[in-house]
Amino acid sequence: MMFALIGGSIIGIAVSLMLAFNGRVTGISGIISGALSPKIDDFSWRFLFILGLISGGFILRWTHPEAFLSLDLHSQTSDYMIAGFLVGFGTLLGNGCTSGHGVCGISRLSLRSIISTITFIFFGIISVIIFKAMRGGL
Amino acid sequence: MKNFISFLVGVIFAIGLGLSGMTQTHVVRGFLDLFGTWNLNLMGVMIGAIGVHSIVYHMIKHRSSPLLDTKFHLPSKKDIDARLIIGAALFGIGWGWAGICPGPALVSLASGKISIMTFVGSMIVGMFVFKAVEKKIT
Repeated sequence: MMFALIGGSIIGIAVSLMLAFNGRVTGISGIISGALSPKIDDFSWRFLFILGLISGGFILRWTHPEAFLSLDLHSQTSDYMIAGFLVGFGTLLGNGCTSGHGVCGISRLSLRSIISTITFIFFGIISVIIFKAMRGGL
Repeated sequence: MKNFISFLVGVIFAIGLGLSGMTQTHVVRGFLDLFGTWNLNLMGVMIGAIGVHSIVYHMIKHRSSPLLDTKFHLPSKKDIDARLIIGAALFGIGWGWAGICPGPALVSLASGKISIMTFVGSMIVGMFVFKAVEKKIT
């Protein structure tokens, strides 16, 4: 729990830097979406943010290799295909994911974000109940 | 400079996700597994991130502009509509099914695993499908 609070605070610092310096919300699905339909003067910051996330991933791979161990525990390739599609389609339809709505939106006390977060957690719970029953574990 | 901040925010965000267990699918699913051994890590991350960011947001929201831009780029939508709810529901189903949301997905690309590349590939397909459908409707 201690690491969760520390890790969460680090994420809070990251999104605060983005807002204070660049005036942007760190909504990851939105940043990816914008990078997929690039506009002049609006691409490089998105691309570099994504590059930063992946670079951070390489640091973790070196310092905390256990961070990526559970990926293939109970999931099959088809699970990742279906889930990935739903995450991509759903986040654009609903204008945000865990970072944009869950962290940034709730911090701004946005009603849309609060309702979105309650909704995706509720459907996430249902999804996990079915996943566990079908795949036999988390 | 804005690009450098974006890159730095990406790296810091990734480290925060990794340290707090958010790149581990069983930790994320464990939070959604209300009726199993409930793993509260994700809640700790949200509390840490929202705690830090809401303080910073309320400190800087009265400023007319961020440090490196002429204006803030904050979401302006206020309406609670079907799009918001259905999008969040679809995202929640995919999130629970894989135990991955867009941020950890990009960070985990550094693992080089086929499973996460499949997820990110499908997520991008889902985003492009949404963009194509949206164009037809509007």
